[in-house]
Amino acid sequence: MNVSYGLENIWLWFTALLEKLFGWFGLPYIFAYTIEKIIFAAALLAFISISVLFLIWMERKVSAHIQSRLGPMHVGGWHGWAQTIADMVKLLFKEDIIPAKADKWVHRIAPIVVFVPSLMAFLVIPFEKNLIGQDLNVGILLIFAFSSLAVLAIIMGGWASNNKYTLIGGIRSAAQMVSYEIPLVLSVLSVVMMVGSLKLNDIVEAQSRVWFVFSQPLAFMLYIIAGTAEVNRTPFDLPEAESEIVSGYNTEYSGLKYGFFMLSEFTNMLIVSLVAATVFMGGWLGPKWLPLPGIIWLLLKTYLIVFVLMWVRWTFPRLRVDRLMDFGWKILIPLAFINIFITGLFMVIFK
Amino acid sequence: MVNEYLAVFIFLVIALGFTVAGLVTAFLVRNSNPNAEKESTYECGEEPVGGAWIQFNMRYYLFAILFVIFDVEIIFLYPWAVVFKDLGLFAFVEMVLFLGILVLGLAYCWKKGHLRWE
Amino acid sequence: MIDNKLKDKDGFETMYLNMGPQHPSTHGVLRLGLVLDGEVIVSAEPDIGYLHRGMEKLAEHRTYQANIAMSDRFDYVTSMNNNFVVALAIEKLLGVEIPKRAHYLRILMAELNRVVNHILLFGFFAMDLGATTALIFGFREREEVLDLFESVTGARLTYNYFRVGGVARDLPEDFIQKTGAFIKLMRKRIKDYDDLVTNNVIFRDRSVGIGKISKEDILAYSLSGPVMRASGIKYDIRKDDTYSVYKEFDFNIPTREDGDCFDRYLLRMLELRESLKIIEQVLVKLEPGEIMAKVPKVIKPPAGEAYIRTESPKGELSVYLVSDGTVNPYRFHLRAPSFINLQILQKILPGVKVADVIAILGSIDIVLGEVDR
Repeated sequence: MNVSYGLENIWLWFTALLEKLFGWFGLPYIFAYTIEKIIFAAALLAFISISVLFLIWMERKVSAHIQSRLGPMHVGGWHGWAQTIADMVKLLFKEDIIPAKADKWVHRIAPIVVFVPSLMAFLVIPFEKNLIGQDLNVGILLIFAFSSLAVLAIIMGGWASNNKYTLIGGIRSAAQMVSYEIPLVLSVLSVVMMVGSLKLNDIVEAQSRVWFVFSQPLAFMLYIIAGTAEVNRTPFDLPEAESEIVSGYNTEYSGLKYGFFMLSEFTNMLIVSLVAATVFMGGWLGPKWLPLPGIIWLLLKTYLIVFVLMWVRWTFPRLRVDRLMDFGWKILIPLAFINIFITGLFMVIFK
Repeated sequence: MVNEYLAVFIFLVIALGFTVAGLVTAFLVRNSNPNAEKESTYECGEEPVGGAWIQFNMRYYLFAILFVIFDVEIIFLYPWAVVFKDLGLFAFVEMVLFLGILVLGLAYCWKKGHLRWE
Repeated sequence: MIDNKLKDKDGFETMYLNMGPQHPSTHGVLRLGLVLDGEVIVSAEPDIGYLHRGMEKLAEHRTYQANIAMSDRFDYVTSMNNNFVVALAIEKLLGVEIPKRAHYLRILMAELNRVVNHILLFGFFAMDLGATTALIFGFREREEVLDLFESVTGARLTYNYFRVGGVARDLPEDFIQKTGAFIKLMRKRIKDYDDLVTNNVIFRDRSVGIGKISKEDILAYSLSGPVMRASGIKYDIRKDDTYSVYKEFDFNIPTREDGDCFDRYLLRMLELRESLKIIEQVLVKLEPGEIMAKVPKVIKPPAGEAYIRTESPKGELSVYLVSDGTVNPYRFHLRAPSFINLQILQKILPGVKVADVIAILGSIDIVLGEVDR
């Protein structure tokens, strides 16, 4: 797409202006660059916050309608749109309780450790070709690296609370990560093979003819399944299985620290969906006959996947921990290898 | 030009700042009057017997080792995947051999029944 | 008993975990003292009594009719069936014959309540396995039955509908038509239930082969009701030791062979269909008539004793009633199926995983109001 209608034009105009401005004052490019990135990060944070608040509201609405209920209806007027804002304000004002027997500092740090990486992963996601934090050449690998850090925080929180339920939750989370990280990363590998680059923009542009969801359907399925496990959503929500281990790793958290755990769960869901939309569904590419900003296409695809994830969550029961490991190691990982093998074979044959 | 990874650092600072600022705001506005009951460990309303920090049998030690092996292997795979298009058949055969050994190992583990959560 | 220093064969420490009384899915205030080795149960010890209200003793200071009112609170999910057994026991002491219509109304209510219980089991069991939507679906249909109950008795949970010698009120005019509509709806919804839960792969994975109870254990622990029939013992008091006018109705006693969580769940779904069949037949047979027998204002049964067994949705619900000729019973004993079924936990829990504990507990279907009384 040569013609661009997107938000990126505004952003490009703005950065050019900024660079020119700094050039007049004779300041090196690095200053302009820093300011640009700070502004972009701030805008991204605003976007993430609003998206997450919306996602929580959406989750409640979707679940409510699946269960033939109404969900939040009062706060804010129209269909309770301000419900999550009210909840967040409540969490902000809530008393923070640290159990007397807990490891206080680890307990305090865990919410930070869970939330920061989930924000970091947005850095390399291209909302439009030029609307991206930084198109790093490790791209997709950076996302996986950061999103796998979240489990660390869950183990930290689970262990530090010195509570048996949280400990079981943390341990389960580790078990889950150990089993689902591999298929998650392997599923994207076949796409990388076809593209020959880790940059997300390259991956998006490689899909200008056909989306990878069609040429790599197995990889897409593997990615969605492993991604669901990665963000601890039903049927893989064992770390916080409320009917078994009360609330799992965040049993002993209250106030905003609990809030960060919850927010990170939704940010992670957003990342998984964004990456799925970018890697498998053509990212910001849209049909040529309908000139809309790329970010709109991306968000449409993302929310489609988000909706599917929610749908799954409110339909399925939860797996048991040993079956979860079985499923990961005996089905997903072999399938992922087979997928890579087939992809490689095809590429060698039809070169 | 500027090192691309400066952006990672800037983002890290901003994300950290946002999170910490949130926690500090919460610290400033929330009330706090802890008491012994409130700070006791939750265990379904009963007094806990023994702590949680014990030598816990988490039962997936072997999975963890396998995970490390495979994770390292994936790091090998990614650079290979990036240049795969240009290398062609030779790289493919090579990687099949490499993967074959690992998959064989996995199959052996499976056969021996180590891939069971017991 | 509580030894946290226990070690398993690899030298790992075990953990003593209180599951309950304040736990999301111990169905009230049951406490399970679990000794865990990792996630595997080494030993389990159900601890009851958090809801003890001393009902059997209280009954000795209440009039007979007041005891029927109290029986609503035993198993608060199946109040009608509790009413039923107490009323039958008192009538046996008195030697009263009750009118035909009263019999039919009683069976109608008892079976509707069985439907409610099994719907709730469907919801809670799925909920215990993590499928939240099923619970809401179950509650949606329960609401329909509760509306029916409310139109007859004015209450939605503690109905106090049965009287010594009959029932309290006759049906409102459109009740039969509404119930017919409910049966039709329910048959459709059972299909939905099957689609959503019964045929779900993960659900089967979580329940098939979990918590097997053998026939021998069933007999040794005197388990009853659906738990018993799921293990292949075909015994239903409604048929085999019939009471009221159950023998006039045509229904099957479903059984399953494996005795695992899935069978226990499925058996209830099958019983649900049979109950609907009975309700349909009652609606056809119902004829206008008296709903109360002639009983004295003050009920003073002659000295003596009565033991009545009934098939409540949870199992064999029986009452042992001793009269000394005064207005209050001398002894009132309840054989609560939940209480007796609960005992099997200690036997089948060791060796399963934490997640299975919840599944097994859910499939046994206990209500703490009845366990603790």
